[in-house]
Amino acid sequence: MKAFRKLTSRVAPLDRANVDTDQIIPKQFLKRIERTGYGEFLFFDWRRIQDGPNAGAEDSSFVLNQPRYKGVEILVAGKNFGSGSSREHAAWALSDYGFRSVIAPSFADIFYSNAGKNGILLITLPENQVQTLMERATSLPDYRLHISLEDQTVTDDQGFSAKFTIDPFRRDCLLQGLDDIGLSLRHAEALDRFEKQHDAAFWLAPRPAGTAANRGASSRA
Amino acid sequence: MSSAKTLFEKVWESHVVAAPAGEPALLYIDLQLIHEVTSPQAFDGLRMSGRTVRRPDRSVATIDHNVPTTANRLVIEDPIAARQIETLRANCAEFGIPLYDVQSPDQGIVHVIGPELGITKPGMTIVCGDSHTSTHGALGALAVGIGTSEVEHVLATQCLQQSRPKTFRILVEGVLPPAVTAKDIALGIIGRIGTDGATGHVIEYAGSAIRALSMEGRMTLCNMSIEAGARAGMIAPDEVTFAYLKGKKFAPSGAAWDEAVAAWRSLAGDAGAQFDRELVLRAEELAPFVTWGTNPAMVVPVTARVPDPASSRSEAERRSWERALEYMALEPGKPIEELAIDRVFIGSCTNSRIEDLRAAAHVVQGYHVHPHVRAMVVPGSQRVKAQAEQEGLDQIFRSAGFDWREPGCSMCLGMNPDILSPGERCASTSNRNFEGRQGRGGRTHLVSPEMAAAAAVSGHFTDVRKWEFKPESNLVGSKN
Ligand code: SF4
Repeated sequence: MKAFRKLTSRVAPLDRANVDTDQIIPKQFLKRIERTGYGEFLFFDWRRIQDGPNAGAEDSSFVLNQPRYKGVEILVAGKNFGSGSSREHAAWALSDYGFRSVIAPSFADIFYSNAGKNGILLITLPENQVQTLMERATSLPDYRLHISLEDQTVTDDQGFSAKFTIDPFRRDCLLQGLDDIGLSLRHAEALDRFEKQHDAAFWLAPRPAGTAANRGASSRA
Repeated sequence: MSSAKTLFEKVWESHVVAAPAGEPALLYIDLQLIHEVTSPQAFDGLRMSGRTVRRPDRSVATIDHNVPTTANRLVIEDPIAARQIETLRANCAEFGIPLYDVQSPDQGIVHVIGPELGITKPGMTIVCGDSHTSTHGALGALAVGIGTSEVEHVLATQCLQQSRPKTFRILVEGVLPPAVTAKDIALGIIGRIGTDGATGHVIEYAGSAIRALSMEGRMTLCNMSIEAGARAGMIAPDEVTFAYLKGKKFAPSGAAWDEAVAAWRSLAGDAGAQFDRELVLRAEELAPFVTWGTNPAMVVPVTARVPDPASSRSEAERRSWERALEYMALEPGKPIEELAIDRVFIGSCTNSRIEDLRAAAHVVQGYHVHPHVRAMVVPGSQRVKAQAEQEGLDQIFRSAGFDWREPGCSMCLGMNPDILSPGERCASTSNRNFEGRQGRGGRTHLVSPEMAAAAAVSGHFTDVRKWEFKPESNLVGSKN
């Protein structure tokens, strides 16, 4: 995983609440079996004109289509960002497009976890502070934010300064770009012990012992 | 602190492998359910890091999201979808994971087949790379939806890193009015607390109206927990649960059955156990609901009108209502019952089980689908389909003009060819009315199966509480 320490970037304001993962990446792009290449599909429908003679053409009113927001790495959005489907493709699309941080008043749980595993820093700030950033990113040309994960701060050059909180474990993982599976395997011995005991609880087994795993199913091994 | 524990706490605590200070707990996972869409990158990750699947016997796969629901579905025309399905087959073969493939008599939507095969059991921890995994909580399991990196993590370690969620008890007391269903309880709750009302929490549903629900109804309710932002929804196992599980393909039998029931019985929350939050609803106050907007919290009773953004509670809400009304092509003040529809979809992991189909057929029997409406029924699994056909439900639907399809996710998310055309308005028994969810530009209204069936016949939304059931109808009634 990519490590995250500090970031200075221009900022794109997405002034909508409850942005769901179906909008971040629509279902037609979930059929791919790759982990990369989703950036061009980010906000696919919102980036395009939906009806009328120009349907399908780029919608120049959508924030990410405006030249001033090309190449931004920070997105500011309304509350409950990333709600809905568990598709990690949403995090892959944001990351592939170039976003390294999203700032919002709140995030949906599964998206929060998916973003962290892809090196995207999600920052939760109170609604009024997010509103300030939204307004500045909209009205000030070339508006930039500085994010420091080490200091847990978001600042700009116009006097905005906010501290954010983040779970210390998540912060560590991001700072060091740690591999989750590797981390969990530190507990391999405890896991072996636990599992041996736990397997005795047959009422928690998917199939009773002795049932052919493949009865009715195939695994073409 | 009292030692009385909630259902959630009992399940959680019996699965903690390690709880390092300052870190999320490492939770043992009894079952991972796998489907074609969110797994290919996880298997790739395993191969890239030289890891393998720790417990193929605690994994089960099926193909549901992508498959066409037409009779000739073995030939998949979309090459990208076909490749994704082939990839799942190859991965299951390589790692020895049982797969309920398209031709299997046990194939179906992952959240339908888990319970119906008796794979899902009370007290289990269950994950799946799909947010509606919360469905399995209806049997008293702790079931959470996860992303693909976590799918890989569970494949490799059979564990999940989870920070401990908070607990939220929702009590629904009293008796549901006739034709008011589990779906309406779910929509009523989400309308009340919002799509982020339960973020960070596991909901436990309790109260007399919940106890009175069938297993199918409980699954519908737990399924929708994620639409309130919850990590999971749960219902304590009871006699209804045990009666449902008994005799299922992978349920224990003989002496093991009794031992299992005794273990499951002890899962119910202790008297006096504390929850972080609580909400009480009266069942009598619920009505058949219809969503009008672009998330499931934008919902009103069928007898209400499309709301006016002027009456919203905040500036942000007003803007999101206006945007939703524009997308849905609705005017404030219009009675919901006057909204004409083009399509009806009865299906999805929310409402595609046998009782859902019985309830819808009960409404449809003796009627015909409105000439302006195209309607389809997509059973949740091969077993549901076979059962429905045995009961003659398919005949009722077909002779009324419904399409009767093969099992899969279908128009719940339109990854297969079943989609709305731009501008089409659909009464749907699924769980998400997000923009474009059922097809770009499509307008989704979420309802119960009974309400969807009534809308199909009427051509517009109609209050199913006033439905005139045809006298020849002698089917088993609605699920409550
Ligand atoms: S039916 Fe819909 S919500 Fe359920 S698993 Fe399939 S796509 Fe997801």
